Amino acid sequence: MTAPALRLENIVKTFPGVRALDGVSFEVMPGEVHALMGENGAGKSTLMKVLGGIYQPDEGRIVVEEKPVTMRTPMEAKAQGIVFIHQELSLATELTVAENIYLGELPRRRFGLVDWQTLYARTDAILKKLKVGFDARTIVGSLSIANQQMVEIARALTVDAKAVIFDEPTASLTDAEKSVLFDVIADLRGSGVGIIYISHRMEEIFKITDRISVLRDGSYRGTVNTAETDEDAITQLMIGRSLDLSRNTVHHELGDVALEVRGLSCGKLFQDVSFSVRKGEVLGFYGLVGAGRTEIAEALFGLRNPSGGEILLNGEVVRISSPHDAIAKGISLVPEDRKGQGLVLGMNCRDNMTLPQVDDLKAGPFVAEGAEVAIFDQYRDRLDIRTPGWRQTVGNLSGGNQQKIVIGKWLSMHPEVLIVDEPTRGIDVGSKSEIHKLIRELAAQGYAVIVISSEMPEVLHVSDRIVAMYSGRIMRTFTSEEVTEDNLIQAISGIRADRDAPVAEPA
Amino acid sequence: MTEASEKTPSTGSAARGGTTAATPAGGLSKAGIAGFLARQGILVAFVLFMIGFTLANERFISPDNVLGVIRSSAILGVMALGVTFVVISGNLDLSVGSMMSFSTIVVLDLHDQIGPGLAIPAMFALTLCLGAFNGFLVGYLKLNSLIVTLGMLSAIHGLTLTWSGGKNMDIADKAGTWFSVFGQERVLGIPMPILIFLLLASLLGIMLAKTPFGRKVYAVGGNGTAATFSGIRRARTVFTCYLISAFCVATAGLLQASRSLGSQNTVGQGMELEVLAAVILGGASLLGGSGTIFKTVIGVLILGFIQNGLLLVGLQFYVQYVVTWVIIILAVWLDIAAKRGRLLSPIA
Repeated sequence: MTAPALRLENIVKTFPGVRALDGVSFEVMPGEVHALMGENGAGKSTLMKVLGGIYQPDEGRIVVEEKPVTMRTPMEAKAQGIVFIHQELSLATELTVAENIYLGELPRRRFGLVDWQTLYARTDAILKKLKVGFDARTIVGSLSIANQQMVEIARALTVDAKAVIFDEPTASLTDAEKSVLFDVIADLRGSGVGIIYISHRMEEIFKITDRISVLRDGSYRGTVNTAETDEDAITQLMIGRSLDLSRNTVHHELGDVALEVRGLSCGKLFQDVSFSVRKGEVLGFYGLVGAGRTEIAEALFGLRNPSGGEILLNGEVVRISSPHDAIAKGISLVPEDRKGQGLVLGMNCRDNMTLPQVDDLKAGPFVAEGAEVAIFDQYRDRLDIRTPGWRQTVGNLSGGNQQKIVIGKWLSMHPEVLIVDEPTRGIDVGSKSEIHKLIRELAAQGYAVIVISSEMPEVLHVSDRIVAMYSGRIMRTFTSEEVTEDNLIQAISGIRADRDAPVAEPA
Repeated sequence: MTEASEKTPSTGSAARGGTTAATPAGGLSKAGIAGFLARQGILVAFVLFMIGFTLANERFISPDNVLGVIRSSAILGVMALGVTFVVISGNLDLSVGSMMSFSTIVVLDLHDQIGPGLAIPAMFALTLCLGAFNGFLVGYLKLNSLIVTLGMLSAIHGLTLTWSGGKNMDIADKAGTWFSVFGQERVLGIPMPILIFLLLASLLGIMLAKTPFGRKVYAVGGNGTAATFSGIRRARTVFTCYLISAFCVATAGLLQASRSLGSQNTVGQGMELEVLAAVILGGASLLGGSGTIFKTVIGVLILGFIQNGLLLVGLQFYVQYVVTWVIIILAVWLDIAAKRGRLLSPIA
């Protein structure tokens, strides 16, 4: 029997007040792709930091090929053959591919000068193995994200890797790029490396992994063979129940048209866009990345100046010049980039939640902190935000809880129109289904909601009607009865499938 | 466990030091002490310095010496109050030193031309114009604050020299003017500069900690994009911070002019770095989003007492420049070390 490439034995890591890892054990065999799954906050990141030499475990052992190892820095982890391919790339974008791959270990000639010939030759040899379409002299910044990831992988191949850890590698890849990545992973596996694959995306997990280990609340919940399980069983392990992604069939009583857009254009970003949302309705926007969905939301929120067309709120034409203006008119946006656009990570939960209305919550010249706490408490309870208290710094919360803070921030403004852009990106299944449920509830309460999403099951699950976009234009608007996965995919690929059927107009 | 733990288990030096993460149970555990030091380290250091210097020379703690130090720190302190707003909003103001020279020269010159009653408001108005110009360039045109205010440092110096013709400025009738009241009088035995410093510190401290405007300053400095997405008018907020900074500079110029009733063109030269040092020593992050007025006051006092203490233990005056720098580097290093939980770290 071969020895595991990497084995974790009973790893415990505690931080003041919390037990982040509570006896986690699992092993990765050479030539195995091993998925690590768990909700945000389940302990995956902490575990990875332990493996990466950033945290020291309080108890337990890390064993590489039957040798117990200690790693005090990332360099030591790398020296032990544990290599990371991070979700957020850590490349020097102004340097060449070769320089990035051998950074810190550039081959030298006399007088300490870099031996460029050897450097490029070695690099090209590795790139050839990966079958990529660029060479050692390419500047990294000029490459696509997918190709930059290949550079990271190439870097991993320069050491004698025992275990390679992929952390959400497909987060920003197209389908074609994904399949190239999966080929590379298959090659790696063929060469006897152990692979840990972290992802929230079930379909990928089932496509490429051999076994799945699940963490929940910092403790190890078990390992199963991928071939002998299904999505439901894994979800059960992760959150203790299953996730409902059935089609939305319940329709609420619709009120008046809250928002109408006529012929809106913005340069090359989108053209001649028309749609409307009624009170009590969820309008989904579906399309490929770059189809113009987010840009429309930004125009509605005063972040972009439309070059033509008009926006009507409750039947009146309005001009929206800034987010400040949009908010005053009753439009709220839950932005797609939670950390960059949604939250001030260094601020506490309460202050983040009340930020848009801080000018209105006043007691004399001062902020009415009591009223703020009341608002925070109300939405913490309503959205089930798990935090020790309002003083908690938002940056310390898990992704799902952070997203709920952003949603609470906008709900507390009681908007006429709520736009949510990628509401569940990068958050775990448990929070995901809570947020889906919440979106439906909001519609039931009479909010007009626009949901932008790149995930088809999500759009189908929450929307009453779905707008399909392709290359800056609306291809078709579907009702939830007429939409199918097939005609939706055709529409967002620029194919007008049903030539006879009239393009559905807003109800 | 809670979900809250995964990212930063740290000692929780959150925005505004005081409002930090939940304190772990168990009272004065090891982590509790570390957390306290991380939040209040600057205060602890201050107390230790005071004890050390007192042991070395007991004159150090005498009321006369203490009042003297605070008084001579007051002008620097007033300027640091305004710069604290600018730094928390995520910007720099390197023009305060040369702007203070400008205010001093202008108020002294106008004193003899239009009388002190008009000279003071006129000087404030002119100084605020300079601050507004900074604020316009950095806030509305979104230019880099380092470049803008470094350029303004030089430009304002030129403006001052042009105004004065390069000569020192003196009030003609030094004995017969009430203008000296701000720099030289005492109320209840406490020198006026100290009173004005403390009064302004209280007002601005409350403004920063308690008003909607203060909250917006933290938000803009913490994450300007998220602040904009929350409907905060970022440019206006930054602009106002520079106005506050200029107002503080004008006050400092008034104190300076009133104390000496005459001045060189270079009276504020180099103060921008000392001011910045006091703000950073107090624990405000140069990246913006954190810091408090109280901490800045402590930073100012530490700087003042250390310089005074070194003189009392017999070090040559010039050594102070070096020692001050060493202290600042130590303060920044300890601050970062407390945040990442160890003294040397492979990652920032």
